[in-house]
Amino acid sequence: MAIVIIPTPLRKFTNQTARLQVEAGTVGEIIERLTLDFPELKKHLLDPQGSLRSFVNIFAGDDDIRDLQKEKTPVNTSTVISIVPAIAGGNH
Amino acid sequence: MAIQDIQFSKEELARYNRHIIIPEFGEESQLKLKAAKVLIIGSGGLGSPALLYLTAAGVGTIGIVDFDVVDDSNLQRQVLFDIHEIGKPKVEAAKRRLEALNPHVHFILHNTHINSGNALDIIKDYDVVADGTDNFPTRYLVNDATVLLDKPNVYGSVFQFEGQVSVFNYVSSKGERGPNYRDLYPTPPPPGLVPSCAEGGVLGVLPGIIGSLQALEVIKIITGVGEPLSNRFFTFDALNFENRTFNIKRREDNPLNGLNPTIHELIDYEQFCGMRAVEEKPVKEITARDLYDWQVKGKPFKLIDVREPSEYKIVQIGGELIPLAKVSDHADQIPRDIDVVVHCKAGVRSLKAIRELEEKFGFSNLYNLKGGILAYIDQVQPELTRY
Repeated sequence: MAIVIIPTPLRKFTNQTARLQVEAGTVGEIIERLTLDFPELKKHLLDPQGSLRSFVNIFAGDDDIRDLQKEKTPVNTSTVISIVPAIAGGNH
Repeated sequence: MAIQDIQFSKEELARYNRHIIIPEFGEESQLKLKAAKVLIIGSGGLGSPALLYLTAAGVGTIGIVDFDVVDDSNLQRQVLFDIHEIGKPKVEAAKRRLEALNPHVHFILHNTHINSGNALDIIKDYDVVADGTDNFPTRYLVNDATVLLDKPNVYGSVFQFEGQVSVFNYVSSKGERGPNYRDLYPTPPPPGLVPSCAEGGVLGVLPGIIGSLQALEVIKIITGVGEPLSNRFFTFDALNFENRTFNIKRREDNPLNGLNPTIHELIDYEQFCGMRAVEEKPVKEITARDLYDWQVKGKPFKLIDVREPSEYKIVQIGGELIPLAKVSDHADQIPRDIDVVVHCKAGVRSLKAIRELEEKFGFSNLYNLKGGILAYIDQVQPELTRY
């Protein structure tokens, strides 16, 4: 179980829910659970081969999962998972 | 100018008094600001507050890059500009406003589209760069150019209610270099997956907040006061008022400055970001002038407007309103026996609508209005309201 923070651009795929409790033991299981519960999220999180997209970062607590155990990073009830996609706006 | 050659006038000492009396800041930091050259890329939503605060703070030389002119729809968030500047080049409008704020600052204007051909030349003479641009190709361009030229890059980005800030390619006092944008996001999203602010919108105050944070980090980098946001990545959710600061690191596979660098010069960033991908088949297009021709000649066709109702209220050219998100639900209302022209504001959403209708329902009679309603206003009915 972990708390997942959905970024504002992806909330339209989670019925505008910002925080979700997800039953899972690793980050990979969280992603799998999310894409099953909210199929529209899938193409935003995973590429056609099923790997995490390189313009979406997942942080467990304050750390990038690429610096931990990637999708195998374990989570517990107090872990906060943040999904942070690249955004580019600012001038126009 | 070297710091030891700089002397403040009485007016400047009075102007910067609130800085100078902070014990950790003092006259020395103020002198560093005056000696510094800062480049702000983009004078829009992020650039406006950054430019106002850096000018007020007394940065000695400020360069401004923007190719655009001031437009009505900018004023909701681009606080540098007012109604008298509409239609004028942004860099010139910015300079007029900023010189009135602080006559002790020297401005260098780059009224141009920054690209792989000119970026190194524009950036090379500055000490610090702040990136306030609005698209992925330019983000990667500015990142790569600042890494190749060994300059710190103060990054800020916004979308709808979400803001991001980091300081890239910063070398600490211990000589340790921090990560850059390619360490954080190795590749951009494919075109069309993430909408731009022009399509998705942005709450006007948000770039004000994020651009101000960029100005703060620029000042910290120049003066050496405090800890710049290097190796860290700040995100702000304005909707829930939540911010988080994540740890980020350099990565060995970074093609710019990882273990095996493969990028040694600026590349084609439109191509890198998939803007010129050819795997999707082209859709039929019609120019605004040809559409006008059809109208004048009374050719039978249907015009469909896939913008949002709020945009339709501002200006419309007689199309039937079916917002992009609803085109599939209303596919049965779209005729197949006559030509159909689909339009939006600038031509991107109508392209998506046509692809969706062709793929799901097999339409073959759809034309995309090139440049959208904006092109139609420019070329056919200039008296209509632009936005």
